[in-house]
Amino acid sequence: MDFTLDKKHEMARQLFAEFAEKEVKPLAQETDELEQFPEETVKKMQKNGFMGIPIPKEYGGQGCDVLTYVMCVEELSKVCGTTGVIVSAHTSLCCDPILTYGTEEQKQKYLVPLAKGEKLGAFALTEPGAGTDAQGAQTKAVEDGDSWVLNGSKCFITNGKYADIYIIFAVTDVIEDAKGRKNKRFSAFIVEKGTPGFSFGTKEKKMGIRGSATYELIFEDCRIPKENLLGTRGKGFAIAMHTLDGGRIGIAAQALGIGEGAIDCTVNFVKERKQFGRAIGAFQNTQFQLADMATRMQAAQMMVYRAALAKQTQRVYSVEAAQAKLFAAEAAMAVTTKAVQLHGGYGYTREYDVERMMRDAKITEIYEGTSEVQRMVISGNMLK
Amino acid sequence: MKIVVCVKQVPDTKNGVVFNADGTLNRAAMDKVMNPDDKAGLEVALQLKEKYDAEITVVTMGIPDADAVLREAFAMGADKGVLITDRVLGGADTWATSSTIAAGIRNLDYDLIITGRQAIDGDTAQVGPQIGEHLGIPVISYAKSVEVEGNNIIVERQYDDRTHKLKAAMPALVTCLAEATTPRYMTPGGIFDAFEKEVTVWGRNDLKDLDDANVGLAGSPTKIAKASDKVRKGAGEKVTLDPTESVKYIMDKLNEKHVI
Repeated sequence: MDFTLDKKHEMARQLFAEFAEKEVKPLAQETDELEQFPEETVKKMQKNGFMGIPIPKEYGGQGCDVLTYVMCVEELSKVCGTTGVIVSAHTSLCCDPILTYGTEEQKQKYLVPLAKGEKLGAFALTEPGAGTDAQGAQTKAVEDGDSWVLNGSKCFITNGKYADIYIIFAVTDVIEDAKGRKNKRFSAFIVEKGTPGFSFGTKEKKMGIRGSATYELIFEDCRIPKENLLGTRGKGFAIAMHTLDGGRIGIAAQALGIGEGAIDCTVNFVKERKQFGRAIGAFQNTQFQLADMATRMQAAQMMVYRAALAKQTQRVYSVEAAQAKLFAAEAAMAVTTKAVQLHGGYGYTREYDVERMMRDAKITEIYEGTSEVQRMVISGNMLK
Repeated sequence: MKIVVCVKQVPDTKNGVVFNADGTLNRAAMDKVMNPDDKAGLEVALQLKEKYDAEITVVTMGIPDADAVLREAFAMGADKGVLITDRVLGGADTWATSSTIAAGIRNLDYDLIITGRQAIDGDTAQVGPQIGEHLGIPVISYAKSVEVEGNNIIVERQYDDRTHKLKAAMPALVTCLAEATTPRYMTPGGIFDAFEKEVTVWGRNDLKDLDDANVGLAGSPTKIAKASDKVRKGAGEKVTLDPTESVKYIMDKLNEKHVI
C-alpha cells in the first residue's frame, strides 16, 4: 500500500492547479454574483482536454484514469464549485453511461464529440414529483414506428440549456407484479438539443453553485430515433443507479475541493487578520480549528481517491462511492462553516470567497443522492 | 523541418528563494519549473510545428531529475527529448554550459534552434547566443515572433522602444522572450503519454568535439564569489515642495545621478 502519487499524477495535479489559479479563480466571484454560466472557461477546458479525462483515446478522450479526473474536479472546485460540477456532470453523468452502455454507433456519434470537447453533456433523472423516489417519475416514452416519443418534464438539470447532448430517463413500461402492484420500468435515451418538442423551462435560482446552469427540461411529443435508446429497454433504473455511483465520486471530489479551498483562504486570512495586537492565527482556538479542518479534509481526500481507484479497478463500487460522497460532503459543509466563522464578519460578506464556498458546499449534501440516500446505500449493503 | 528547443529546469521563485548557509541557492528546497522564456520558446516551436509539420527535439542539461522538464515539454507537444547529465558537467558557468549543449546539439539534425532569452536563476542571457557561436550559425536574440520563409527565418527582435525585423538563413539560433507568446497548457492525456516516452540520456562520453577544459566547474572561467539575498533599499527621501520647485528638484536629482 502506497499513499504517494506517481509523477504523472503529480504533473496532472500541477496542470489542473495552474489552470484553476489562472483561468478559473479570477472569474469565480463574478460567476457567482451574476449567476452566469462560465462559457469561456468551459471552452478553454474543452480545448485543453479537461472534458474527456477518463475516456479512452479511441473515443476522443484523454485516456487517463478516474483518479486524474477526480483531481481535476478537486482542483477546479478549490477555487470555483460551479466549474467543478460542470466537468463532473458532463463526464460522470453523460460521457460515462454512453461509454458503459452505448452501442459502437452511439459512442462514435455522441461520445467522441463529448470527450473531444466539441459538445457538452447533461443527465436528466429528477422530476418535480420524483427525486430520491424514482418511482414517482412521470416522463413517458412511447414507441411509435421508428421513433420513441417523449412527453413530460425534468427539473434541476445541471448544464441544462448549455449542454448539447442529454441522457434522459423515461417510463417505457408498467409491469404488474404477482401481488398486483404496478412497477414502472424506465429506459434511458440520448436526446440532442434542438430536437423538435424538446425545450427548456425555468432556470433555477439557487443558494450556491450559482454559475451552474440548472434548468427544467420539457418534452412535448418529442420524437427521437429508435437507435437513441441507451442500453436495454426497461433497464433504465439500473443504468441511472450505476451512473450515479460514478457521479457521486465526482461530487465527492467537488466537495473535497470546496473544503480544501476554504482552508487555503482561511490560512491566508488568519495570518493577516489582527485582533488584540496579534494575528488571529496566533490564538490556540484558531490553530485547533484549522487542525480539525485539515484533518477532516485529509480523511475525505483518502476516501475520494480510494473510491476513484475502486471505480478504476472494480465492477461494483457503490459503497466506496457513497461513503466518499457522504463523508466529503459533510466535511465540506462543516469546514466551510468553520472557515466563515474564523473570518468573522468578513466571512459573512460576499467580498470573501469563503461565503460563496459555504453556499456551494451545501449542494454536495443534496444532489446525486442526498446524504440520507448515501446512508441507505451503505447500510443496505451491510444488511443484505 | 527540425527544431531543437533548449530548456532549463529552474527553481520556482513564486514561493520565495531559499539559500544554503554558504550563500548559494538551495535548489533542492525549492519547487522546480521550466524556465519561462524557454517555455515561450517551446510554444513558438509548437506553433511552427503546427504550420510547417516540424519535428521538435527538446534538449536540457541538468541533474537526472531534470527529465521532468522534458516530460512537461512532451505533454505540451514536443516529439523527442534529450537529457545531458553527468557529474563531470556539474557547476558549469555559461561558457561550459554552452560548450556542452552545443556538443550535444552536434549529435542532432536541426534547421532551427530556439532557446529562451535568459533563465530566471542566472539571468545572464548568454547561453543561447554562445551555443550559436559554438556551432557557427546566425543568432537572433530577443525574438518576439518567428516566421519561416523558404530556407530563411524572419524574426521580430524586440528592443526597449522598437522592433527590428531580421532575416537569417537556416540553420540559425533564436532566443525568445517570455512575452513573445502565451505557452499552451499541457493536456491530461499528453501527460500520460509523456511518461511512456523515452528520454535520450547523454553523458560526457556521448558528446563529441568537446574539450575537457571546457566542461563542468573546472572548465568554467566564471566563479561565483558570493550570492546573497537582495539588500532592501532604505526609506526614500520625502520632500514637500510646490509644483515648480518639485520639477526643478527632480531635474536636479536626475542630473546629479546622470540619468539625463
